[in-house]
Amino acid sequence: MTAVPAGPDRPAGPAASPGPEAPGVPGAPGVPGTAGPLLAARGVSVFFPVGSQLVARLRHEERLLRAVDGVNLEIGRGETLALVGESGSGKSTLALALAGLRPVDHGEIQFDGRVLPASRSRADRRRIQMVFQDPYSSLNPRLTVGGMLRELLRVHHVVPRTEVDSYSEELLSLVGLDTGALSAYPRQFSGGQRQRVAIARALALRPDVLIADEPVSALDVSVQATILNLLRDLQGDLGLTLLLISHNLAVVRHLCDRVAVMYLGRIIEVAPTEQLFSAPRHPYTRGLLAAIPRLTESARDGGAPAIAGDPPSPLRIPSGCRFRTRCPIAQPRCEHDDPALAISPDDPRHLAACHFAFAPVPATSIADRDKEGPP
Amino acid sequence: MSENVLEVRDLHVRIASRRGTVRAVDGVSFEVPRGEAVGLVGESGSGKSMTLRAILGVLPPEAKVTSGQILLDGVDLVTLGSAELNRIRGPRLSMIFQEPMSALNPVMRVGRQIAEGPQVHLGHSRARAAERALELMHRVGIPDPERRFRAYPHEFSGGMRQRVMIAIALSCDPEIILCDEPTTALDVTIQDQILRLLAQLCRESGVSLVFVTHDLPVVAQVCQHIAVMYGGQLVERGDVREVLLDPRHPYTLGLVRSAPDFEYVRESLVPIPGSPPSLITPPAGCRFHPRCAFVEEDCRVTETPLRLLPGGRATACLHHERCREAVAADRARP
Repeated sequence: MTAVPAGPDRPAGPAASPGPEAPGVPGAPGVPGTAGPLLAARGVSVFFPVGSQLVARLRHEERLLRAVDGVNLEIGRGETLALVGESGSGKSTLALALAGLRPVDHGEIQFDGRVLPASRSRADRRRIQMVFQDPYSSLNPRLTVGGMLRELLRVHHVVPRTEVDSYSEELLSLVGLDTGALSAYPRQFSGGQRQRVAIARALALRPDVLIADEPVSALDVSVQATILNLLRDLQGDLGLTLLLISHNLAVVRHLCDRVAVMYLGRIIEVAPTEQLFSAPRHPYTRGLLAAIPRLTESARDGGAPAIAGDPPSPLRIPSGCRFRTRCPIAQPRCEHDDPALAISPDDPRHLAACHFAFAPVPATSIADRDKEGPP
Repeated sequence: MSENVLEVRDLHVRIASRRGTVRAVDGVSFEVPRGEAVGLVGESGSGKSMTLRAILGVLPPEAKVTSGQILLDGVDLVTLGSAELNRIRGPRLSMIFQEPMSALNPVMRVGRQIAEGPQVHLGHSRARAAERALELMHRVGIPDPERRFRAYPHEFSGGMRQRVMIAIALSCDPEIILCDEPTTALDVTIQDQILRLLAQLCRESGVSLVFVTHDLPVVAQVCQHIAVMYGGQLVERGDVREVLLDPRHPYTLGLVRSAPDFEYVRESLVPIPGSPPSLITPPAGCRFHPRCAFVEEDCRVTETPLRLLPGGRATACLHHERCREAVAADRARP
C-alpha cells in the first residue's frame, strides 16, 4: 500500500497516466472542455495597495500594484502545468491566490466546477496544497517532522488516531526519507531533505492539486535533480495535478505537459511544452528562450542580449501591450491596443497575447523607426 | 609581464571550528591567463568561495591560508600586509559580489561610489573622478548616466545595481576582476544582458576574470577555461567546452548529467547519490569515491592529485577513461 492510497476522497480513474492527451485536460483555457478543468482561475486579479491610499484618492490617482491582472487559466486533472516568468510577473501571487492563501480582488477560482468562496472550508483547503521555495524558512524549527505531521493529520482527520504514526512513516518512505526522520528537527536535515519533508507535509492531506513554487531554486544542482525526479514520480504514481512555478525553463521542459508564460501580471502565452519550446509565438517567450545560457554557446560572440532593458514597474504598466517597451517587433498599434490571449488557428491548445502571434511578423519596429528619427 | 596575470599555487585554507579543523581549500592550483576568463565551479561547500576570498585577502577571521602562494604578476599576495593589500585591491584586483544591494553603500549616491576608487587610488580630483564615473556608467549600459549619477542604490533595479557594481570594479582599470556568482540573483533576461556585458568588457579592455558559479551553462557563456572543485580540491581543469561536453571526472559528469539541459530532454535526470564529504575528516584516497559509480579499490587508498592529460587538460580521476565511455554511451542513446 502506498502512503497516499486511492481513498474515498480521491478520484479513481485514468488520472495516473497524465499527458497532454489525458482525458480531462482541456483543449485550451476559455474553451469549455467535456470533462472540465480541475482548477481554474477566471478573470483573477490581485492588487496590492501601495503607499498612502488617502493621498492617492485626494490626487485622483491609483496607487495599486497590479500583481495579477485578469488571468484566465485552467488546469486539467492529472496535468502538470508550468507557470513561468521573471520576478515581479505575478506568478507566485497567482499561486497563492489559487491555493487560497491570498484573497482575490476580482474574478473567481473554481475547483472541480464549483466556485470556491473567499474563505474556504477546511475540506476545500485540503484539496490544494503548496510546497514553497525555501525549505529553510517554510518548516517550523520547533517541531519534529513527526510532530508536524501528527498535528496536521489530527486537525484534518486524515486517518484514525491509531494510524497516525504508521501513515506518517508511509509518507516519509514515499518521499525517500527513512522513518528515523520522524523524531528529527528540520535543522538536522540538508536542504534537499527538508524539501522532501515539505513535500511529505503537502501530500499528507491527500491533495488533488500540488502547487510547487520554485521547489528547487534554493538547492544545489545535484540535489535539484533528485527533487525534480521525485515530483515527477509522485505526480505519475498518485495522479496528482501539479502546478509548477519556476523561472528555470530547462526544469519546466523536463517536467511539464503545458506551460503558461506570465509577464507583468498577465498570461501572455500558453501552449503544450514542446510546442512552446519549438515554436514560441509571443516575442517575449522567444526572448526568454533565447536568454537561457546553453552549454554549447557563448556570450563572447558579441551578440546583442535576447531582450534589452528592465521589465517596467508593475506600478506603471505600459499602455496597450505591456511588453511593447522591450519588444523587438512593436508597432504603433501596440501603444494603445492591448492584445487579448488569442487561440492559434493551427492548434486550439496554443494561445498567445500578441497582435502578430499568428499573423506575419512585421519587418520593422517602433524601435527602428525611433532610430531613424520621426517620419 | 608574464603570460598569466594570476597564479594560485598549492593553496591551503584551514578554518578552525569547534568540531575540528575544516580543510576548506586543500591544495588548489590554477592560473588565469591575461585577458581571459576562468570559471571556478562547484556546489556549496566545495571551497570555491573560500578560494576567491583568499585571493582577495578577505577570509573570515577564523580562516587562515596555511600554505601556498597567490601570485599576482609574480607578487605573492599571501605575504602582503593589509596596507599593501589595500593598494592592490581596486587598481589591480577588484571584485563583483552576488548581492549588489548589500555590497553597495545605501546612503551614498551611486555616482560618488563609482568615483571613490579613482579619487582614492588614482589621485583623481573630485571633478575628474566624477567624469570618469559618468564614462563608466555609460560603458556598462546604465541609461541616462547624468541623471542616475545622483540616484541612490535603492532607486535601481537588480540588473542596474549589478551594472553599478561592474562599473565600480572597473573604475581603477584592474588587471583582474573576481566575480562571485554575479548573476545568480538575477532574472534570466537580465542575466543574459550582464553576461554579455562581462564578456564584452573582457574582450575590449583585456581584463581577466575569475568567475565563481554553480551554474555550468553560465560558465560556458563567459569563460574560456573551467576549474571544477569538489571537497576543497580541484578535480578537473581545462578548456570550458572540452570539459563540459566531454568530462573526464565522474563528478563533472555528474554535474552535467544532473542539470536539466535545455538542449535535449532526458527521460530522467541522473542525480549524484550521497552527499558532499566532511571537510574535517575527508574520505581517504579520492574524495569523490564514496559517491562515485566507477569506484575501484585503488580509489579508496590512492591520493589523487590533478594529472595532466593530452591537450592541456587535467583530471584527478584515476579511471578517467570510464567517463569517456559513459559520455560515448550517453551520446549513443537517442
